[in-house]
Amino acid sequence: MFYRETGQFKTSYAADQQIFPIRQDRIGIVLLLAFAFLALPLFASNYWFNAILIPFLIFALAALGLNILTGYAGQLSLGSAAFMAVGAYAAYNFQVRVDGMPVLLSFILAGMTAAGVGILFGLPSLRIKGFYLAVATLAAQFFIVWCLTKFPYLSNNSSSGVISVPNVEILGFKFDTPQSRYLLVLTIVSVLALLAKNMVRSTTGRAWMAVRDMDVAAEVIGIRLMRTKLLAFAVSSFYCGVAGALYAFCYLGSVEPDGFSLDLSFKILFMIIVGGVGSILGSFLGAAFILLLPIFLDIALPALSELLGLPFGSATVSHIQLMIFGALIMFFLIVEPHGLARLWQIGKEKLRLWPFPH
Amino acid sequence: MARQIGEVILDLKNISLRFGGVKALTDISFNVREHEIRAIIGPNGAGKSSMLNVINGVYHPQEGEIIFRGEHRKDMNTHEAAAAGFARTFQNIALFKGMSVLDNLMTGRNLKMKSNFLQHALWWGPAKREELEHRRKVEEVVDFLEIEHIRKTPVGRLPYGLQKRVELGRALAAEPSILLLDEPMAGMNVEEKQDMCRFILDVNDQLGTTIVLIEHDMGVVMDISDRVVVLDYGKKIGDGEPDEVKNNPEVIAAYLGTQH
Ligand SMILES: Nc1ncnc2c1ncn2[C@@H]1O[C@H](COP(=O)(O)OP(=O)(O)OP(=O)(O)O)[C@@H](O)[C@H]1O
Ligand SMILES: [Mg+2]
Repeated sequence: MFYRETGQFKTSYAADQQIFPIRQDRIGIVLLLAFAFLALPLFASNYWFNAILIPFLIFALAALGLNILTGYAGQLSLGSAAFMAVGAYAAYNFQVRVDGMPVLLSFILAGMTAAGVGILFGLPSLRIKGFYLAVATLAAQFFIVWCLTKFPYLSNNSSSGVISVPNVEILGFKFDTPQSRYLLVLTIVSVLALLAKNMVRSTTGRAWMAVRDMDVAAEVIGIRLMRTKLLAFAVSSFYCGVAGALYAFCYLGSVEPDGFSLDLSFKILFMIIVGGVGSILGSFLGAAFILLLPIFLDIALPALSELLGLPFGSATVSHIQLMIFGALIMFFLIVEPHGLARLWQIGKEKLRLWPFPH
Repeated sequence: MARQIGEVILDLKNISLRFGGVKALTDISFNVREHEIRAIIGPNGAGKSSMLNVINGVYHPQEGEIIFRGEHRKDMNTHEAAAAGFARTFQNIALFKGMSVLDNLMTGRNLKMKSNFLQHALWWGPAKREELEHRRKVEEVVDFLEIEHIRKTPVGRLPYGLQKRVELGRALAAEPSILLLDEPMAGMNVEEKQDMCRFILDVNDQLGTTIVLIEHDMGVVMDISDRVVVLDYGKKIGDGEPDEVKNNPEVIAAYLGTQH
């Protein structure tokens, strides 16, 4: 009932350095995982798996990738979708070109391919920052999509670069139901989120944040800027790459280069802005919010129009959606740059002190 | 004083530094002895901060030579300087604002950590062990600077005086052999200044750390430093023990004269 630290005295630094130092957080996360792994598969419908849960997890992973680069290491990128594309196409190529390639291994290799490409397009970050870097990553966005369309080899000579991925099978088990694919995605995303959490709470993450907050001081302390930034690009692109592979293999089944457009990159950027820049939890909150908002409005707006007796056409509904979307982005940019994750944290802090706020 | 001032460990010879047409430093030579507190003073724009930046490799002088522990070099590089035991604070606080006090201090020790990002990701073996070991060291600094109560606070939320103290902490966390302090007491009230003086003297006395310090407060400089070098318009106009410098007519004219 109470969210309190009182009475939980840490008697060792090890206890203080646990992944979730507050007991209620530990209980919360266990409950959440139990719910996601055990309860949801029992009662969620196929619509929920296919249209909401699977894309939510995949986008959360991509947002997490971008958050590592932008939120933690402070390097703005508009190329997330392109790195997803690299992952999707790399996984596909490893699958169709290498006989007996295990699916999970091809996902990992896809992530590593994306990491390599990420390092390449991260090189400009050694000289330029902020807005100009964003423009450089924009080049990655267009160049990669162009390559995938231009070189038939990359899509195994299929027309206009569309690829249809083979079914996912691991150790003889076929992931052919939405429920099984959901569990596969959930497992991969949970593991990667855990690894990310570990990275950001250790020397690696501190070096990223140091470079983000004050690069001169970081350098003077002995942090190597080049290595730190490129590692951020690599890890971030790895995450986006795996997200791209999952997007193709566990969500859509068939993808084309244009599916990984700048629009998608922006969508992922909005997720971290709304969810919380520099927060792992925020990546998940942001993905949920951005995915669920249109679905919610789709249901709510027509109902509202009926209630008010106003004839909203479907065009009006989508316009209103865009307006609400834009307003929310501006709200978060101006009022709460640290997003939903920060609001959640403030709520927790209030609760911790309640009922004596001072 | 109990501590023993040692040999010259850092010798700067004929350093000149220009930014385009601006001559920040002109033909400056002075040295620093092991375990001493060496102050650099001078009016605004005299080139004091530039001097520190040359010492730890943020700036690269066009002319001159730096002899560090007997090794001759044209300039320093930041990474080598950090590895060789230099740590510093900045005139305009350069903390990592989004990170907690503990994380700032832990970052100060990054050169001493050997585990790699994969070990961090898996929170495995050396990564976990290092995190604990270094936390213990960092807590010593926290105790020393009396900042236990703000351990977990993001430094951006701390008042100015405490930020200055945390920045000293981050430098101390690296267990430096030479500490470069750029106006560590600027903008502080009397009490905060006294605390800061005490910390600097204790570091020097108990750990034997050599300290190069820029400071505007003459009282403080005369009180705590062993030797003082005076800069004006990028040139050296005085060098010696505090009493000597205080009575140097050129210094009085250029610096003390305008201040008092
Ligand atoms: N990065 C830089 N680029 C251009 N000019 C610089 C740079 N750094 C310092 N200068 C110039 O060099 C001169 C010396 O500046 P410096 O900051 O070293 O002075 P200072 O003695 O530390 O002054 P203060 O007491 O105001 O801190 C000034 O004229 C300054 O404008
Ligand atoms: Mg200065």
